[in-house]
Amino acid sequence: MVKHVDAIIVGAGWAGSIMAKELTEAGLSVVMLERGAERTTPVEGAYPESIDELRGAIRKRLFQNLSQSTLTIRNTMDQTALPYRQLAAFLPGEGVGGAGLHWSGVHFRVAPEDLRLRSAIIERYGEKFIPEGMNLQDYGVSYDELEPFFDKAEKVFGTAGEAYKVQGKIVGDGNVFSPDRSDNFPLPAMKDTFSASVFRDAAKNAGYHPYSLPAANASRQYTNTYGCQMGPCNFCGYCSGYDCYLYSKASPNVNILPVLRQDPRFSLIPNAHVLRVDLDSTKTKATGVTYLDTKTRKETSLSADLIILGAFQFHNVHLMLMSGIGKPYDPVSNTGTVGRNFVYQTITSSRVWLPPSTYTNQFVGAGGAGVAIDDFNSMNFDHGPLGFVGGSPVWVNQAGVKPIAAALGAGGGGTPRWGSAYKDSLVNTYKHSLGIDAHGSNMAYRDVYLDLDPTWKDAYGQPLLRMTFTWKDNDIRMNQYVVSKIEPIARAMGATKMNLVHLNAGQPFDTRTYQTTHLGGGAIMGENPQTSAINRYLQSWDVSNVFVIGSNAFPQGMGYNPTGMVAALAYWAAHHIRATYLKSPGPLVKA
Amino acid sequence: MEPTLNNPLRRSVMKGLLGTTSFWVASGNAHWAEALAAEAAQPYQPAFFNAAEYQFLESACERLFPADHNGPGARALGVAEFLDRQMQTPYALGENWYMSGPFEQGPANLGYQLPFVPKDLYRKGIAGVEHYARQQYGKGFAALSALQQDEILTALEGGSVQLGDIPGRVFFEQLRTNTLEGAFADPLYGGNRGLGGWVMLGFPGARADFMDWVNQEGASYPIGPVSISGETA
Repeated sequence: MVKHVDAIIVGAGWAGSIMAKELTEAGLSVVMLERGAERTTPVEGAYPESIDELRGAIRKRLFQNLSQSTLTIRNTMDQTALPYRQLAAFLPGEGVGGAGLHWSGVHFRVAPEDLRLRSAIIERYGEKFIPEGMNLQDYGVSYDELEPFFDKAEKVFGTAGEAYKVQGKIVGDGNVFSPDRSDNFPLPAMKDTFSASVFRDAAKNAGYHPYSLPAANASRQYTNTYGCQMGPCNFCGYCSGYDCYLYSKASPNVNILPVLRQDPRFSLIPNAHVLRVDLDSTKTKATGVTYLDTKTRKETSLSADLIILGAFQFHNVHLMLMSGIGKPYDPVSNTGTVGRNFVYQTITSSRVWLPPSTYTNQFVGAGGAGVAIDDFNSMNFDHGPLGFVGGSPVWVNQAGVKPIAAALGAGGGGTPRWGSAYKDSLVNTYKHSLGIDAHGSNMAYRDVYLDLDPTWKDAYGQPLLRMTFTWKDNDIRMNQYVVSKIEPIARAMGATKMNLVHLNAGQPFDTRTYQTTHLGGGAIMGENPQTSAINRYLQSWDVSNVFVIGSNAFPQGMGYNPTGMVAALAYWAAHHIRATYLKSPGPLVKA
Repeated sequence: MEPTLNNPLRRSVMKGLLGTTSFWVASGNAHWAEALAAEAAQPYQPAFFNAAEYQFLESACERLFPADHNGPGARALGVAEFLDRQMQTPYALGENWYMSGPFEQGPANLGYQLPFVPKDLYRKGIAGVEHYARQQYGKGFAALSALQQDEILTALEGGSVQLGDIPGRVFFEQLRTNTLEGAFADPLYGGNRGLGGWVMLGFPGARADFMDWVNQEGASYPIGPVSISGETA
């Protein structure tokens, strides 16, 4: 007999955990299925084993095990996509907590105009400004609608930051480009590392508007909305790629699951790889899911009234394609929506060397802490004469540089990568330099998308997802423009040397070096079922008892880190499920 | 006990001691320090690599990461021992690499596409370099001058040499990556002996607490490194 619950949630990361908390609060019985292992902070996160660089970020303890499933990647439609065999360019999480366990903790809201980028560009520059083949779209939800949910998420995450405007009044030295807030950050901003403080002074002197990055790293002790506790961050530097041994970095494991696990309506099943959402014969209603216990290889079907897909961005898209939810995107006929508008981010890391008497102590850091400028992000500057769409924040985000990572990355670009000269440069770079990133947007294009691979399969016999992606001229030029703005700041910092890194014209996406795990789109939200897979409440247009929560909903890759937006969208969707959907299940928007 | 990624050899020695009553009864941790010192004094006996392969690694890693005015090189740091220990972990079997066929070659930017896991890359790669060394210079790699060894490594890095089934560049990158891991990983994996790699960089290891050092206006951090096992430099 098939076991029945009110709601099934796929994935135990931020999206899934937020939805599980909200739905159990609404009185629903909830089963959460996680493909990876159980993970709790007192076990895997304990000091000192958790801060072992080789075991952690290098052998990739908390990341997706590609031997079981991966995807294939090609740059253009005329190529054969090849498997992503070794983790490098992006690092999806696996196990309870998902990518929310190994993330850094940069916790942004959204630039309001990024939510209506198509409309904003047309209003300011006219429709002709949008390049041929760019699928520029609005989200279908506004910042004002989302604001209460950003606020709610920050109070769960224990976010540290300095506000600019609260309820219309300027309250602090925050980001002048940031929109109005209903309340302040729950915790004061993280302190500036030395590197960040140097950047702050230089950026201010150059006439820009530096601000403290909003960080879900606790700047002091904090008890969140749910009664979960966080300890003060000590800048140990083991955030990105690690589980925080101090309970200072927000994660589902620290901030939500401790209370959920005590709720009798909630159960969490780890090592449960969901193979498909089961649909009824009309293909408009989901009846449950079928998953594989990865330890026993036994298939189980569970039935439910409501299905939430809260897996990593591309796993959500893969599950929709495997289940027949919505119409697969076809770039040739430009029809279908599932797989459409796959996006990434442009990120380039430049390096600045300070005099040998100055030590940047790069091992000191916190994943979410730093100083940024938004002067070249979103619609904050005049794109008219520049002729591109999008932008980048620029920041010093010293998250704690570890020695193996530093050594692997040192040298190259015409300088030795081994030998004594390499050692000279490695030691000098580690002791006296700092990194400045341009972490920018990436637009969607008709020929950049996700579909199923015709050749390669995962360990469970299902076709791999296929990614067709490369850098496009618009985004390369945006990155080059923003990186050019780093030079005067670096000079003002007293740089003795700098290595400004930008994308080059015609440069294809390279899967071999880490860029960012901020993948987006592929099952985007919107107001038109012809061009979006889910409606403004993240509900499938085609199967109304399936909601798809994650960065898969983003029509464009934004300059900001995605987690804050994902959390707000989860609370937004949950609110409308609780307020409307559960009372009268069915489409929340008429197609 | 078979060493694994999660239970490297040196740590299992330590853990065994931690479990004994005498460790806890004795004041301080003299027993543990003595045991580690005794173990360190024994020359390491490679278990995966044969003597010739190990000799190759000792020579090649030292050229990649030589002893110089910056600090110790790969030999003094125990990089070859680190490599041999790594070959006995799931990493050597490509534990988290996708290794399903077909294996088709494509543009370099689409990443690694060979049917070989790290263990294969070393076996085949070392044999290939030795063959190349004999062909070019009439001697095995370890017997060549430092200059000749550098010429070979430069040729591998530059991509002009094929080592049987393996492009020389692929083997070079594998060796460089693992050499640097061995120089800078926690000493519990057999490399970074005496925390020499960390001292060189000024990395404090497992201290992981910089509450007072968030911003000291560019001063050098004053405390030396500590390892996960509690070893200090």
